[in-house]
Amino acid sequence: MTYAQAAPAETVSYATADGLLSSVWLLVAIPLVSAAILLLLGRRADRWGHWLGVAAVGAAFLLGLSYFLGLRGLENRSVQLSLWDFIAVGGLYVDFGLLFDPLAGVFVLLITGVGFLIHLYAVEYMAHDAGRRRFFAYFNLFIAAMLLLVLGNNYVMLYFGWEGVGLASYLLISFWYTKPAAATAGKKAFLMNRVGDAGLAIAIFIMFATLGTTQYDEVFNGVGALAGGTVLVLGLLLLLGAAGKSGQFPLQAWLPDAMEGPTPVSALIHAATMVTAGVYLIARSNIIFSANATLQLVVVSVGALTLLIGAIIGCAKDDIKRILAWSTVSQIGYMFLGVGLGGAAYALAIVHLLAHGFFKANMFLGAGSVMHGMKDQVDIRRFGGIAKHMRTTWLTFAAGWVAIIGIIPFSGYFSKEPIVEAAFAREGWTAWLFGGAALLGAGLTAFYMTRLFVLTFHGPKRWTEDIDQPHESPLLMRIPLILLAVGSLGGGALLATSVPDWLTSTAGLADTEEHHGALPHLAIFFLAQGVTVLGAVLGWLLFRNGTATVPQPAGVVVTAARKNLYTDAVNEAVFEKPGIFLTRALVYLDNRGIDGIVNGLAAGIGGGSGRLRRLQTGFVRSYATSILTGALLVVAAFLAVQAGWFA
Amino acid sequence: MTELELPPIDYAAIAPILIMLGAAVLGVLVEAFVPRRLRHPVQLPLALLAVLAALTMVVVNADKRVITIGVVAVDGPTLFLQGAILALSAVALLLLGERAVERGGAFVAQAAVTADSPEDRRQAENAGGAGEVYPLSTFAIGGMLIFVSANDLLTMFIALEVFSLPLYLLCALARRRRLLSQEAAMKYFLLGAYASAFFLFGLALIYGFTAGLGDRAAGVDFATVNAAVANSTASPVLLFAGVALVAIGLLFKAAAAPFHVWTPDVYQGAPTPLTGFMAACTKVAAFGALLRVFHVAFEGARWDFTPVLGAVAVLTMLVGALFAVTQTDIKRLLAYSSIANAGYLLVGVLSPGSGGLSGTMFYLVAYGFTVLAAFAVVTLVRDADGEATHLSRWAGLGRRSPVYAAVFTFVLLAFAGIPMTSGFTSKFAVFGPALEGGQVWLVIAGVLTSMVLAFPYLRVVVLMWLSEPGDSTPTVAVPGGLTSAALVIGVLATLVLGVAPEPLLSLASSAADFVR
Repeated sequence: MTYAQAAPAETVSYATADGLLSSVWLLVAIPLVSAAILLLLGRRADRWGHWLGVAAVGAAFLLGLSYFLGLRGLENRSVQLSLWDFIAVGGLYVDFGLLFDPLAGVFVLLITGVGFLIHLYAVEYMAHDAGRRRFFAYFNLFIAAMLLLVLGNNYVMLYFGWEGVGLASYLLISFWYTKPAAATAGKKAFLMNRVGDAGLAIAIFIMFATLGTTQYDEVFNGVGALAGGTVLVLGLLLLLGAAGKSGQFPLQAWLPDAMEGPTPVSALIHAATMVTAGVYLIARSNIIFSANATLQLVVVSVGALTLLIGAIIGCAKDDIKRILAWSTVSQIGYMFLGVGLGGAAYALAIVHLLAHGFFKANMFLGAGSVMHGMKDQVDIRRFGGIAKHMRTTWLTFAAGWVAIIGIIPFSGYFSKEPIVEAAFAREGWTAWLFGGAALLGAGLTAFYMTRLFVLTFHGPKRWTEDIDQPHESPLLMRIPLILLAVGSLGGGALLATSVPDWLTSTAGLADTEEHHGALPHLAIFFLAQGVTVLGAVLGWLLFRNGTATVPQPAGVVVTAARKNLYTDAVNEAVFEKPGIFLTRALVYLDNRGIDGIVNGLAAGIGGGSGRLRRLQTGFVRSYATSILTGALLVVAAFLAVQAGWFA
Repeated sequence: MTELELPPIDYAAIAPILIMLGAAVLGVLVEAFVPRRLRHPVQLPLALLAVLAALTMVVVNADKRVITIGVVAVDGPTLFLQGAILALSAVALLLLGERAVERGGAFVAQAAVTADSPEDRRQAENAGGAGEVYPLSTFAIGGMLIFVSANDLLTMFIALEVFSLPLYLLCALARRRRLLSQEAAMKYFLLGAYASAFFLFGLALIYGFTAGLGDRAAGVDFATVNAAVANSTASPVLLFAGVALVAIGLLFKAAAAPFHVWTPDVYQGAPTPLTGFMAACTKVAAFGALLRVFHVAFEGARWDFTPVLGAVAVLTMLVGALFAVTQTDIKRLLAYSSIANAGYLLVGVLSPGSGGLSGTMFYLVAYGFTVLAAFAVVTLVRDADGEATHLSRWAGLGRRSPVYAAVFTFVLLAFAGIPMTSGFTSKFAVFGPALEGGQVWLVIAGVLTSMVLAFPYLRVVVLMWLSEPGDSTPTVAVPGGLTSAALVIGVLATLVLGVAPEPLLSLASSAADFVR
C-alpha cells in the first residue's frame, strides 16, 4: 500500500459535545487539581502525595478511555466543548474550548496511559529523593498541560498547553539542581524552546491578521483562500515551533542535554510525550501543510536530515541516556518525514509516534533500572554482562530493542516501514533521496541500538571497582517495564491496523489513494529488513566482546559524531557567544545594579576610568545627557519624516 | 464656539477629581490639627473612602460623554482609565498604609532628620511613619485623574505637575536606606523637571502652529490642534518638533527608552509600596495621556509619528528585556520589566482604531494589578535591616516560605506572559490589533523580546525553588491584613483576567471612543 498527496480537504466541522463527552474538561482538571493539592499542602502531603499523583493520572486514563470508546458511537467523530468565551472583542474571538477527536483521543490515551506507568515507576525510583512530592506535583502539572495542548480546539489553547509543558519541562530538568549540568541544561532547553515558541506565537498572530480566527475548523476552512506566500510563511513558523519542541534540526541540541533530569522525566517528557508535540502540531495542521508543496518539502527535508543526524550521533555516544536521546531525535525525524509526506502518510507518523511512545519509554525506564542497579552510572563502556543479574530489565529492554530496530513482526516494523515506503512513493528523484535517507537511518538505528544493547547487557563485565553485583530493581519498577515491553512487542501490529482508518475517518483528511512509487512494495520490504539485519549483525559482531573503557582515537567521521556533528559549535557561535557578549556589554552599561562576581567582570572590561562613559552610571548629569540625546534624535526623526526622507 | 461665555460646569462629570483633591486638602488639615497618635487611623480610612467615593462617581458617570469647562473631557477612555487609576490606587493605598510588617510602616517619621545620624536610627526603630504620605498620594491620584481627562495641552501640563510633585516628595520618604531614597527623589525631581520643560516647549511650538488656522483662534485644546494638523498654514516644522517634544515629556513618565534612565534608580530607591504605586498608577496616567494626545489631537499626523514612536517602542522593549537579564536586585529587575512593558503598551498606542485603544487600556489594568502584587511580596521579604532586595538573598525562598514564593512565582509567570495569567491575555490584546493595523514589525519585536524577558523571570523562579536556602536567606514577614488584602486582590485579578478576561475586554472595548 502506498500513499499519495492529499486531495483537497472537504469542509471541517465539529459537533457539539453532549452526554458523557461534555465532561471532557475533567481530563485536564484532575491532574491540575492534584498538582495544586500537592504544591499547596506542602510537607503535610509528603507521605501519600505520590500516590495521589499516580491516582490522578490513572483516573484521567480511565476517563480518556471511556471518552474514546464513546466517540466510536458517534456519526461525526469530532466533538468540541466550548467552556467559555476567552476573548471576544471586535474582530478577535477565542473560545476557551476543547476538541475531542480521534487524533486528540489517541494522544490522550498515550499521554495518560504511558504517563500512568511512568508515574508508577517513579514512585519507587524517586523513593529516596527528599523532593518526591514536589516532583509528582510538577509531573501532574506536566500531564495537565500536555492534555490541554492536545485537547484545545484552537491554536491559542494549543499555545497554552505548549507553554505549560515547556515550563514543566524546564522545572523538571532543573529538578536535580545540585548538579550544575542540570541547571545549564534546563537553561538550554528553555532558550532553544523559546526560539520555537516565538515562531508559534507569531504564526498565531498571522492567523489572526489574515483569517481573523484561531479556531481549528475556521482556520482549516479558510486556509484555502489565503495567498500561497502567506501559507508558506505560516507553515514555516509553525514548523519552527514544532522543531523547537520536538528537537528537530536546527534546534535539536537541547534534547540530549535535557537528560540531566531524573530518568522518569526523560522517559515521559523527553521521549514519549512532550517532544512529540511538534508532530501533533503538524498533524493537527496537516491541512495548512498540505496546501503548499514547498512547505511539505521543507518538513520532509527537516525530518530526513534530523533522522540521519540523530542516528549518526547515536552511534558515537557512550552515555546510555544520551544514546536514547539521540535516538529519540532520530525517531521523531521519521515522524516529521511522515507528517511532511502529507495525505494519509500523516496517520503513519502518528502510529509511529504511539509505538515509539511505548518502546522508548520502555527503554528509558530500562536504562533507569540499569542505573539503579549500577550506582547511577551511565557509561555503557563500563557496563557489560548485566543480563544475568537483571533478568527483567534485560528482557524488557530486549523487547524495546527489537521494536525500535523494526524487525518483523515487532512494533517498529509496522510503524516505521510504512514511512519508508511512503517516502519512496514520492514523485521523481525525491523518492530516492528521502526513501534512501529513511532506509539508511533504519540501518544506522539497528547498528547503534544493538551496540547499546550488547555493550550494556552482554559481553565481559567492565564495571567500575565499587560495584560488586548489580541488583534487580524492585517490583514496583518492574511492573511498568513489563507492561511497556508487552506494548512494545505487540503494540505496533495493533496500532497499524486500526489507527490509520480511525484517524482518516475524521472529516478533513484525505482518503488513501493507491499509487506506485519508485520501488515496488516487496523490494522495499526486503531492503528495509536487509539493512536492519545488517546493522544489527554488524553491531553484534563488533561489540560482543566488549569495548575499550576509554575513548579511542578515531577518524574524522566518528570524531565529528562524538562532537554532535559540530551542531553545538554552530549553536554556540550563533546563540551563546553573542549572548555572552551582550550580557557583558549590558553589565558594562548598567553597573549600578550589579555587584559581586559580575561586577568584577565589568571592572575587568571597563576599568575605573571608564565609569563616566557608561550609560547607567547613577549620575544625573549623564542621565540628562542621554535624555537630551534621545530627544534630539526623536525630534530629528520627526523632522526627517516630515521632510519626506523616509517616504 | 461662543467666546467669553463659559459653558456651565458639569460638576458630576468632574466629581471624582473634586473628591480626590478635596480629600487631599482635608488630609492636610488632619495633619495639622489631629493629634499625632490618631493621624494614621484617620488618614488611611479618609484616603480609602475618598478613592471609593470617587470610584462610585466614575461608575455613576459611566454613560457620560461630555467636554466640560472646555478642558476636561469625560468620555469612555477617561472613565475607564480613571476607574483603573482609582481601583489600582485603592490597592496601592493598602500597601502604603501597612504598618504591621514594619513598625511605623515603610515611611520615615521625619524626613528632615539627617540620614544615618543617631537620631535617624532611633526614629527608624521606633517612630511612627509620616502622615503626610496620605495627602500627598491623594493629591497625586487627583492629578492623575485630571491628566487622563485633560482635553488641552495646558491642562495636561498642570495635571502632570500636580501628580508629579507629590511623587517626588514621596520618593524621599523611605524609612530605611534613606540616602538611596533621597538620591532617587532628587534624580526623579531633576529629570522630571527637565522632561516637563520639553513638554512645555513642545506645547509652545504647537500653539504657534495652530496660529496658522485662518478661521479660528489659536489654542492648545485638542479640537483646535486636530483642526490645525489638517488645515494650518504654519510651517509643519512647528508641528513635528512640537509633537516630538510633547511626546518626550509623556514618554519620560511612561518610562520609554531612551527616556527611561531614571526608572531603575528611582524604583530601587523609593519606598517599595510607592514603587508599586508608581509602576501601576503612573503608568496608567502616562499612557492615558499618550492615548488621548495621539488619538485625538495628532490623529491626522498618524502616518508621520508612527514610524518614530514605533522605533521608540522597539528600543524600549529591547532595553527593558536585555537589561533585565543582568539585574541582581529584584526592584531593579522589576524596573526594567516595567520599561519593557512600556514598550508593549506603546505598540497598543500605535495601533489605529479602537482595538488598539481598548487593548492598551486592558493591558494597563492587568499589568497594574500584577505589578502591585509583585511589589507587595517585595515588601515582605526582609531581614533585620529592612527589605532584602538582592536576588542572591532570595535563593531558596521556596523552602522557607512556600506560599509567598508560590505567589511571586505566579506573578513572575504573569509578567512572562505565560498563558492562564493576565500577562498573556493583555499581550494578546495589544498585539492582535497592532497586527490588524499592519504593525507587523512591532508585534514581531514584541514577541521576540517577551521571549527574552521570560528568562530573567524564570531565573528568579528557579532561584527561589531550586536553590538551597543560604544562611542569608531572609524570612518572610507575616503580612498585616492590608498587605494580605492587596496581595489577594492583585493575584486574583491576575488570575481572573488571565482565565476569563472577556468582561473587562468588553468593557474596555465599549469604552474605546473619545469625544472630540
